[in-house]
Amino acid sequence: MAVIVIGAGPAGTRAAERLVKDGIRPVVIDESERQGGQIYRRQPDNFRRPPSALYGSEAGKAVALHRDFEALRPQIDYRPNTLAWGVRPGTLLTVSGDSVEEVAYDQMIIASGATDRIMPFPGWTVPGVFSLGAAQIALKAQACAIGSAPVFLGTGPLLYLVAWQYLKAGVAVQGILDTSSFRQRVFALKQLAARPRTLIQGMRYLADLKRARVRVETGIVPLRVDAKDGRVAGIAWRDRSGREQLTHADALGMGYGLRSETQLADLLKCDFSFDARARQWLPTVDMDGRSSVRGVYLAGDGALVRGADAAELAGVLAACAALADAGRAVPGHEMQALRDKLVPMSRFRNGLEAGFPWPSALAATIPDETMVCRCEGVTAGDIRHAAKGLDAPELNRAKSLMRPGMGRCQGRMCGLAAAEILAAARGVSVEAVGRLRGAAPVKPLPITARLPDSVA
Amino acid sequence: MIENKADVIIVGGGVMGTSTAFFLRQRGLSVILLERDLLGQAASNASFGNVRRQGRFLPQLALAHRSRALWGELNTLLGADVEFMPSGHIRVAFDEIQAAKAEQYARDAAPYGLDLELMRGNAMRDRFPFLSPKALMASYSPTDGHANPRLTSPAFGHAARRDGARIVENAEVLGITRDGEGFVVETKGSGSFRAPMVQVSAGAWGRALSAAMGEDVPLEAASPQMGVTEPMPYRIEPVMGVATDRIEDVMYARQVKRGNIVFGGGRRGAADLVTKRATLDPMSTLRQMSHLSGLLPPAAKLRIIRTWGGVEGYLRDDLPVMGTSGKVPGLFYAFGFSGHGFQLAPGVGATMAELMATGSPGVPIEPFSIKRFL
Repeated sequence: MAVIVIGAGPAGTRAAERLVKDGIRPVVIDESERQGGQIYRRQPDNFRRPPSALYGSEAGKAVALHRDFEALRPQIDYRPNTLAWGVRPGTLLTVSGDSVEEVAYDQMIIASGATDRIMPFPGWTVPGVFSLGAAQIALKAQACAIGSAPVFLGTGPLLYLVAWQYLKAGVAVQGILDTSSFRQRVFALKQLAARPRTLIQGMRYLADLKRARVRVETGIVPLRVDAKDGRVAGIAWRDRSGREQLTHADALGMGYGLRSETQLADLLKCDFSFDARARQWLPTVDMDGRSSVRGVYLAGDGALVRGADAAELAGVLAACAALADAGRAVPGHEMQALRDKLVPMSRFRNGLEAGFPWPSALAATIPDETMVCRCEGVTAGDIRHAAKGLDAPELNRAKSLMRPGMGRCQGRMCGLAAAEILAAARGVSVEAVGRLRGAAPVKPLPITARLPDSVA
Repeated sequence: MIENKADVIIVGGGVMGTSTAFFLRQRGLSVILLERDLLGQAASNASFGNVRRQGRFLPQLALAHRSRALWGELNTLLGADVEFMPSGHIRVAFDEIQAAKAEQYARDAAPYGLDLELMRGNAMRDRFPFLSPKALMASYSPTDGHANPRLTSPAFGHAARRDGARIVENAEVLGITRDGEGFVVETKGSGSFRAPMVQVSAGAWGRALSAAMGEDVPLEAASPQMGVTEPMPYRIEPVMGVATDRIEDVMYARQVKRGNIVFGGGRRGAADLVTKRATLDPMSTLRQMSHLSGLLPPAAKLRIIRTWGGVEGYLRDDLPVMGTSGKVPGLFYAFGFSGHGFQLAPGVGATMAELMATGSPGVPIEPFSIKRFL
C-alpha cells in the first residue's frame, strides 16, 4: 500500500507516524529543508537558540514533534526540499532542485498547511512590509527581525503571537493594530472558552505585551503605509473613534488570519464548498478528513485552519481513515477519541473566526490605484473595471480579462482580496464570484527540471 | 416581452460565433447569439494566440489573408485592445529535411500571396539571436504575429452587443428544429428563439448539433497542452514554431509584452464534452520544458508558472467545417477549427456574415464544406 503524506508539519508528521505504526512506509514530501512545518519550523543546524526561545509556551510540543519525527526517519521515505507540483491519476509529480520524480500512490494525505490572508491597502508593496508568517520565519529560521521598530497590523492570534515573539527577541515593537474589535472578541468568548488553556495563553501574551508598554489598538482601519526613501517609515490608521493616527515604524508585519493551501486538492479534482465563517472555498471533507475523491485525505490547516494541536489530531485521524478504507483494522474507539478531541478545537476555531474576522468590508474601500495582484500589477480599480466595464461575473473571468491571480503566486496572495473586491463591485456575495481554479504547477517549476531518465 | 426573433441565431459564443455576430451587425442583419456558459470560455480561451499564416493549408490562405487584414483594424473596430502584435512569425528548421520542406512551402505559398523570407547562418542569428545554436534555418513571415485570446472573444461579443446584437450567456441550446418559417432554437432556461438562418459555431460541441441535423462529421475533442513562464525582459518579437513532422516534437512559443513566454505543442490531451473538462498532462509540460529550452536557450533560466488545456474540436482531416449546410437551407456552420482557428476568426466572421447577407462568401471556402463528409 503506497501512501504519500504531503507536508511535515504537525498534521503530516502525526499522519506519517500513525501509518508507520501500521507497518506502512509512507513517502513524506516536505517543501522545507527540515521537518516541523511553519509553526514548529526548525532553525538551521548551526544555530543554538533553545526551544523555549523559539517556540515559547509551545516548546514542549515542538520538541516532541521533532523528536518523534527523527525516530520515524528510518521507517519513512522522507523527501525534504521537495515540491509536489502536479498530479496524474495515481501518480504525484515532485521536484527537488532540477530533479523531477513520479511517485505512485494508492492514498494521499494532504497536510499542506496555510499561508497568511492578506488585505491590500495603500503602500503594502513598499519594501519593509512582510506577512506575519514571513516575519515569523525570519525570526525562527534566521534569527533576523523584519526591522528594529516594527508595527504589526491585521487580526488573529498570529498577530499577537508574532508581536510577542519579536518582543521576546528584544525588538522594539511599535504597536499592534488590530482591525477586529474588543466587542467581537467578547461575543466570541463563549466559543473561545472551548479551549481554556489556549485562551489563557493568549491572554498571557497580551499581558506581556501590555506590561512592556506595547501599544495595542483594536477596531482600527488601516489607511496607508508611509514610505520614505522607498521604505516603510510609518503606518497611518484610523482609530475606533475615527481619528487618523500615524505610528512611526521601519517595518510592517501584516496578516488577517490564515488561508488553507488547497491547490493539490484542486488538481486532484476534489469538491470544494464555501465556508461562510472564513469566507473561503475549502475542500469538502468528512469529519475524518476524507475528500470527495477516493484515496485523497486532508488534514491540518490545509483542510481547515484550527491550529497546530488540532492538526496533530487530524493528521492521526486522516491516517486512521486511510488505513480503515484500505481494509486495515483500526480500533473504532481510537478514531472516536480523536473526533471527540477535535470538537472543542472546531468550536475554538469558530470563535477565532468570529472574534478576529477577516475584514472583508475593507475590500470595497481599497482605493482604485492600490495594487492588489503584485505579480501582474493589477490594481483594485482594474478588478472593478473587470466587474463593471467588462461584466465579469466571477473570479476566473476577471482573471482572464484583467489578470489578477495570473502570475507567479497564482493568486495565493491576492486571490481572497480580489474575490472580495469583485463581489463588492458586483454587489453580490463573495460566494457568488467563485474561486480561482488551480492549475499545475502548484508553485513555479524550473524549466531545467527533468525526470531522471530523460535527456536534457 | 423581448422579441426572440432575429435574422440570424448563432449557437456558440466562442471566437467564431462572436466574430460572426459582430460582422453580421456591420452588415445590418439582426443577431441573437446563444452561449451555454460565458463568451469565449472553451477552445477560444485555451488558444495559444497565434496570428500565423505560414504553414497553413494553401487553399486556406485567402481566408487567412482576409483575417490578417482585419486583425490590423481590430482594436479600432472593436473599441478594445486585444493585444495584437504584428511582430512576425518564424518556423525554425533543425535539419536539412525540414529546411527543404520550408523552402518548398515558401515557393508554393508565394502564388497565394504569402511572402516568406528564408534565413540561415549569420543572417538568421543576427536577426534572431535568441534562437538555439542548433537552429539551421528560419522561415520568417514578417507580418504575422500574435494576440491575446482571452480578450478577443469577449471583445468581439461586447462590440457586437454595442452594435445591437443580442448576446445571451448561460443559455444552453437544447435543440434546433426547422418549420415553414425558419428555425426554432430551444434553450435551457432562456426560452426559445426564431430566425430564418442559424449558424452553428459550437466548437467541439458542433458535431452533436450538425449530427442532429443529419450531418455527422468525424470530429473528436482534444485538449491542447499549454503553459506559460514567469516574465523576463521583453526581447523576443516573433512567434516561433518548430518545423517537424513528429507531433511529439511540435513546439510553439511567443513572448508577450509583459515578458512571459506562452508555449504549447506535443501530443494533445483528452477532453470531455460532458464535463467540459480538459486534461493537462504534467508529463506534456515536462517534455515541452526540454523542447522550449532547446528552441530558446534563454528560457532555460525561467520557471513555469501555469499550465492549461481546453476543449478543442479536431476534424479527421484537420480542416474546419465552414460554410452552408449540405442538407438544410438556411443552416450554416463554422466549427471544428482543429487547433488553428484563432488567426482565422475575424476572417471567418466577416466571411460567414458576407455569405449570410449576400449568398456568396467573398473568399473561397469550398475545401471546408461539410459536404466533404456527406
